[in-house]
Amino acid sequence: MATADAIVIGAGIIGAACAWQLAQQGLRVLLVDDQLPGATAAGMGHLVCMDDNPAELALSSYSLNLWRGVVDRMPDNCAWQGCGTLWIAEKPEEMAIAEVKKQRMAALGVNSEMLSSQQVAQLEPMLRGGLAGGLHVPGDGIIYAPNAARWLIEDAGEAVQRVYGEVVALEQQAVVLASGQRLSAPVITLACGLQADKLLPTPLLRAKKGQLAITDRYPHTVKHQLVELGYGASAHAAKGTSVAFNVQARPTGQLLIGSSRQFDTLDTAIDMPLLATMLKRATDFLPGLAKMSIIRCWAGFRAASADGLPLLGPHPAYPWLWLALGHEGLGVTTALGSAALIAAQIQQQRTAIDDTPYLAARMFATEESLL
Amino acid sequence: MKLISLTIAGLPCQVQEGITVAAALSASGQDHCRISVSQQPRAAFCGMGVCQECRVIIDGIQRLACQTLCQGGMKIERSGNK
Ligand SMILES: Cc1cc2nc3c(=O)[nH]c(=O)nc-3n(C[C@H](O)[C@H](O)[C@H](O)COP(=O)(O)OP(=O)(O)OC[C@H]3O[C@@H](n4cnc5c(N)ncnc54)[C@H](O)[C@@H]3O)c2cc1C
Ligand code: FES
Repeated sequence: MATADAIVIGAGIIGAACAWQLAQQGLRVLLVDDQLPGATAAGMGHLVCMDDNPAELALSSYSLNLWRGVVDRMPDNCAWQGCGTLWIAEKPEEMAIAEVKKQRMAALGVNSEMLSSQQVAQLEPMLRGGLAGGLHVPGDGIIYAPNAARWLIEDAGEAVQRVYGEVVALEQQAVVLASGQRLSAPVITLACGLQADKLLPTPLLRAKKGQLAITDRYPHTVKHQLVELGYGASAHAAKGTSVAFNVQARPTGQLLIGSSRQFDTLDTAIDMPLLATMLKRATDFLPGLAKMSIIRCWAGFRAASADGLPLLGPHPAYPWLWLALGHEGLGVTTALGSAALIAAQIQQQRTAIDDTPYLAARMFATEESLL
Repeated sequence: MKLISLTIAGLPCQVQEGITVAAALSASGQDHCRISVSQQPRAAFCGMGVCQECRVIIDGIQRLACQTLCQGGMKIERSGNK
């Protein structure tokens, strides 16, 4: 039976970050992954400061600072670009939302500036005319999350050992793989995204399907990650299907187009009417898109917790089991922050930001059935 | 069998009416349609509009060679990724 100081289940961006962070603190880690594509392989990789509630803002801005500390060391294939975000106000009323956003972010030291209609047009000439204005957040960026996850694992060096296989059961300070192999460690971190529900006695997560489309390569036309200010309302809705304008310029010259949200489906097939609505929304903002070719579309599943915040902390019934789950649409952004909180908790150190809002215990009734 | 005339990379040629641009490229003796970012020649692969390998410039517009039927007077250009 292989042993280590810690086992991390899942090598998506969250598990990779947890393994990396634990390794930084001198632990020997076994990182177990079944090599199936998860959310990390399907997402957009926008590193974005989100402020829909104070806890989300605290974690995203903390995590962005941590990313900025490592992006210079990341290889080119992680595609880091400090492109900033342009939040776009379609109607004049939305400028008030931009102003609130600006103030909330400023309270945490995150810099942003209000833009007039003309300034938006100047910065991004491909946007249609007549938009009300926007908010520019220069500190945001993008990365290619699957490669960033691989890089984190490599960067940890010998301290992180990869184990390929599916975890089929959790036992007291041990995991059992489909092959029958058993791995044990004093601490186990569950970071396997949506699949975690299969290993836990009570399901904790809900799938929110998202569809993306990517164009062919074109000479650079968009500079910032573009998001409509109405995005927050769409992203946080607890039911119903929605789309919001969200476009990312890939370093390749491709435009990655999002985003949609659909509940209670695990069907990976593209929903064509929804894709059409999403593309219509995108061409409302970027009319030139209509002339471009889309070369791929795909769907992924965000793993959402009941209150929209990630679950970071020990399972109340099993003190050896740490949960790093429920990152929904913000897991790439918050990966390093989440990992830092988990590692500090495991090492019984003070966390850099207040971790109470994310503690996994909030999701459990006091009596939890045993595994 | 009716023949139609078109140009492939500037060279005039005649092809059977009703064939796809991918077939015309193949018949021209050089089936590649574009040069990829990593400088590899690419050609039609799935033949059914899914893989996007057969992107080619037809009359100035990028289209899928396997999904486009040849028309008289068409100008087909192989594309490189700039
Ligand atoms: C369409 C879409 C757009 C998004 N856009 C953004 C964005 O712009 N910015 C952002 O910050 N976030 C974005 N996200 C969210 C982000 O992608 C996720 O929050 C993040 O990738 C979650 O990472 P994870 O490591 O928790 O899960 P995953 O990436 O799902 O990784 C889990 C890993 O565990 C493995 N695994 C599962 N079960 C087992 C098992 N039993 N045994 C062994 N291994 C197992 C899986 O195969 C997988 O490799 C987006 C998500 C989607 C779907
Ligand atoms: S050969 Fe696959 S799309 Fe044309």
